[in-house]
Amino acid sequence: MKSLMDKCCEKCFHSPASPCKDYIKCRRQGPLCHEDESCRAKYKAFLEDIHLPEDSSRRQILICAGTGCTSSGSRKLVDALVEELQKQGLQDRVSVKITGCHGFCEQGPLMIVEPQKIFYTRVQVEDIPEIVAGHLVGGQVVERLLYVDPATGEKSLTYETVPFYAKQKRLVLANCGHINPEEIADYVANDGYLALTKALFEMTPEQVIEEVKISGLRGRGGAGFPTGMKWSFVRAAEGDKKYVVCNADEGDPGAFMDRSVLEGDPHAVLEGMLICGYAVGADEGYIYVRAEYPLAIHRLKIAIAQAEECGLIGDNILNSGFNFHIKIKAGAGAFVCGEETALLTSIEGNRGMPRPRPPFPAQKGLWGKPTNINNVETFANVPLIIRNGGAWYAAMGTEKSKGTKIFALTGKVNNTGLVEVPMGITMREIIFGVGGGIRDGKKFKAVQIGGPSGGCLPEEQLDLPIDYESLTSAGAIMGSGGLVVMDETTCMVDVARFFLNFTQAESCGKCTPCREGTKRMLEILTRICEGQGKEEDIETLERLARVVKSTALCGLGQTCPNPILSTLRYFRDEYEAHIRDKRCPARVCQALLVYTINAEKCTGCGSCARACPAGAISGEKKQPHVIDISRCIKCGNCMQKCKFGAVEKA
Amino acid sequence: MANVTLTIDGQKVTVPAGTTVLDAARSAGIFIPTLCHDPAIPGFGACRLCIVEIPGMRNLPASCVTTVAEGMVVHTASEAVIEARRTIIDLLLANHPQDCLTCEKNGDCRLQDYAFMYGVRQTSFHGERKNYPLDDSNPYIIRDQNKCILCGKCVRTCQAVPGRSVIDFGYRGFNTRVVTAMDVPLGESDCVYCARCVAVCPVGALTYKPMAGKGRTWEIQRKPVTCTFCESGCTFELNIKDGKVIGITAKEPGPGRPLCLKGRLGLELLYVEEPMTPMLKKDGRFVPVSWAEALGLEGVVARMKEVEGK
Repeated sequence: MKSLMDKCCEKCFHSPASPCKDYIKCRRQGPLCHEDESCRAKYKAFLEDIHLPEDSSRRQILICAGTGCTSSGSRKLVDALVEELQKQGLQDRVSVKITGCHGFCEQGPLMIVEPQKIFYTRVQVEDIPEIVAGHLVGGQVVERLLYVDPATGEKSLTYETVPFYAKQKRLVLANCGHINPEEIADYVANDGYLALTKALFEMTPEQVIEEVKISGLRGRGGAGFPTGMKWSFVRAAEGDKKYVVCNADEGDPGAFMDRSVLEGDPHAVLEGMLICGYAVGADEGYIYVRAEYPLAIHRLKIAIAQAEECGLIGDNILNSGFNFHIKIKAGAGAFVCGEETALLTSIEGNRGMPRPRPPFPAQKGLWGKPTNINNVETFANVPLIIRNGGAWYAAMGTEKSKGTKIFALTGKVNNTGLVEVPMGITMREIIFGVGGGIRDGKKFKAVQIGGPSGGCLPEEQLDLPIDYESLTSAGAIMGSGGLVVMDETTCMVDVARFFLNFTQAESCGKCTPCREGTKRMLEILTRICEGQGKEEDIETLERLARVVKSTALCGLGQTCPNPILSTLRYFRDEYEAHIRDKRCPARVCQALLVYTINAEKCTGCGSCARACPAGAISGEKKQPHVIDISRCIKCGNCMQKCKFGAVEKA
Repeated sequence: MANVTLTIDGQKVTVPAGTTVLDAARSAGIFIPTLCHDPAIPGFGACRLCIVEIPGMRNLPASCVTTVAEGMVVHTASEAVIEARRTIIDLLLANHPQDCLTCEKNGDCRLQDYAFMYGVRQTSFHGERKNYPLDDSNPYIIRDQNKCILCGKCVRTCQAVPGRSVIDFGYRGFNTRVVTAMDVPLGESDCVYCARCVAVCPVGALTYKPMAGKGRTWEIQRKPVTCTFCESGCTFELNIKDGKVIGITAKEPGPGRPLCLKGRLGLELLYVEEPMTPMLKKDGRFVPVSWAEALGLEGVVARMKEVEGK
C-alpha cells in the first residue's frame, strides 16, 4: 500500500473495472467491508501523514508551488530543504510537501510549518539552514521571516493571525496552499469526493439541482446567472448526448483566482463537474483552459489521471452506473474565448468568435448538443454545497447573491493577492481591511472592478455591499472579480484609455460596433490624454458607448464601454480638465505636463541641466535654473535627478 | 407549425413560429437594412445594422437572429434604433475609402444605399483607416480589403461548398480581415474562382475583374442563364450593355449550386462577343490556355480531330 487510495489488503476489490460504492468513505473510516485492525491502522497512518495531529512531534513543511511562488524560486527551496533535512538526519521526522497557491503571492515564496501553522514569507535558499537548525532542531521560530503588517509593524506567527487571511472567509480556497494538488489522497483526506458519493447514492439528479438552487449559487464567471437554473435547463433539454464544459479561460488582466484553484485544488473542479454531469445527464466534460496556464494544465492532467486510476472518472463510477469522462482543451490565448459561445466554437476547432444567443448553450451548445457551461470557481463551489447543504451556503451573502466570492486584489493597496470574502461585504472592508489600506499613505481614488469590462467606483461607493445587482447599478460589474485599487496619482481618463486599448485589441472583429467602435473610442481617449481633446468629444464618447453597449453581439462588446461610462459618471471633471484646461489633474498624461523649477528650492547644482536630453534647462552655477518649455520634451529626467525636489510638474 | 402574431411598428403581423423578426418585418413590407444577412446561410448576426427595439429585451437585438414570440412588440425605427444604425454606418464609413466615383460597385452598394437612406453624408470620425495593398494576384477577382466591411458573407458562402473554405477571418480587433490560409494573396491560395464571394459581397471589396471598367451598374441589364455544363444547373447572369453581353457573373449562390470557373468560362465562350483568353494556374502561376483546355475538353477535341482525320 503506497497511498491512501490503494487497497489495504486482498479483500478490497475496488478498481475502475470492479468499483465499490463505499470506496471514498472506506479510505477515510475504513476498511468498511471487513474488520481488520492492521488495515485500519494503515489508513489511519496515511491520514495522519496528510494531517499531522496537533500534538505530533513530527513536522510537515508546506512550500507553495503555485505560479507566483514558483517564479520567485520556491522549487529551489524544496530541493534545498530536502537536502538539508537529510544532512541533519531529519528526513523521517520532517516531511516536505508542495502545495498550490496561497493567494498572497507578493510575499512569496511562502512556507508553512505544520502542525504549528508557522507562516514564513519571502523564504530564500540561504534561509533554509537557519530554518532547519533553528526552528526544526532548536525549536526557535525564525522571527525575521515572519510576516510584518505594513500598517502596524506587528509580526504574525501563524497564517491564521495574518490580517490578510484573518479577515477572509476561505471556503473555495480552503485547500489551496494546504494540500498537495498533485496527490488525490490529500484531497480525499480533506473531504474530497464525499459530495460526489453523496450525490450519486443519496440524491437523484433532480435533488442535486434543487440543492444547488436552494444554495443560490450564481455563475462566478461574471454574468451571475443562477447555476441551479442553468442546470435544470440542460437537464430538461432534449438530446441523446450532453456536455459539461468548464470555462477556465481566465483572461482579465490581474485576475488569477481560477488559475489558483486549478493549480491548488484541481480535484474540487473535477468533482464539481462530475456532480454537474450527474445532475444534467451528461457523460462528457471539457475543461477549456488557456495555454498560458501551463502549471494548471499540468496539475489538471495529473488530477484527471489519478481520478481515472481510482475509478472516480470513467465508466460506472463507484458502481453507480454513472459514466463521465473529462478532456482538457488548451485555448490559444484569445480573451474573447472566455465568452461561452466563442469558447464552444473554439473547442469545435473553429476560430473563437461568439455566436448569437439564443439558442443558448443549454439548448444548442457544443456540437449542437445541450451543454452546461460554468466557470472554474462555480464548479469549485459545488462540492461544498452538496456536502454541507444548500441552506448552509445560502446563509452567507446578500438576498440575491449567496456564498463567497474570490477577488484578485491588486494595485496601490498594501496587501495584494487572492481574497475570498462573503458576498455583501463592502469594498471598504476589502480594501482597507483585508487589503490593509492604500500604499505609501496615499489617498484612495477609485477601484476598478470586474476586469477590463468593469467600471471604476469612487470613494462614495466604498460602502456599497458587494453583490451582482449593486455593482451593476453602480456602473460596474462583478466580472471575474478583479479589483484594481487606484490612488490619487492615477488619471481616470488614462485608465479608461488603458482598458479600451485592451478590449480593442481583444475584440474578435466580428460585429461592427465592437470592432470599429472600440477603435474610435480609443482614438478619442488617446487624443484627450494628449491634450488634443475637443469639447464635443465627451458627447461623442457617450454616444459611441451607448450604441456599442446596446448593439454589440457578445458580452465583450456590450461591456467594453463600462470603463468610459463609469469614469465619465464619477470623474467627469477630469475629462473636462483635460479638454478645456489642457491639464491632467493627476499629473499622469505626459503631453499635458509642464515642468518648472522652483527657484527657492533650486541650488543651482546643474544636475538637471546635464540630465536634460533636449538642452531645455539653463542657468548660472549656484543660481536657480529655468526650463525652456518650448524645448522641453517632458521626459521627466530632471525631476528624477534633482535631489532637492526643486523640479515640479503641473 | 403554429402561427405567432406580433406587432411591428404598430402593424399586426402573423407568421409561423420560428420566423426571425427580420423575415416577419419583410413579410409585412417593413424595411430593415442588413449587410451580413444571407438568406441562404442565416444566423450570423455580425453587422448589427438590422437591430430593432423590443421592449422587455436587454439592449437592441439584431432582428436577423431574433425569433418572433407571441405578443412581441417591435419598433424598427425608434429613436434609439436610428441613432444606432446611423452610428454603425458612420463607423463603417470611418474605415472605408470614399472613392465611390470610381468604384465598380457604385450604384449597387449596400453601404452607399444605407448612408443615403440614413443621411450619413460623411463620417464624423477621423482616425486610422485600413491600408492594405490591392490584391490583384489573379485574373478573375479583384480584392480590395480596404473596402471590406467584414460582413463575412464571402467567408460563409465559400464554406458552404464542401472542400472549399478558402477564406476565413484572421487577426483581431481593428486588424481583423478576411484572409486565405497563411494570408497569401488569392492567386496563391486554393481559390477556384467560382466567384460565389463576389456575388454576395454587398460592397466593392470583391469585384469581377473581366468586367472592370466596362460599364456602370445602372447601364447594365442582367439576364439569368442556367449553366448546362453539369447537372448542378447553376444560375449565372448575362451582363448586357448596349445590347452586347459584356460579361458573365454568378447569380447569388444557393444551396446545391456550387458554381465553378469552368461553367462561367463556358458561358463566356457562348455569350460574350470577345471573351477574355482563359487563364489557368500551372505551377503556381496563371498562364493563358486554349478554350479546349480551360473547359477540360482537350481529350474530346483530340478525339474529334482524330476521327476527322480518318
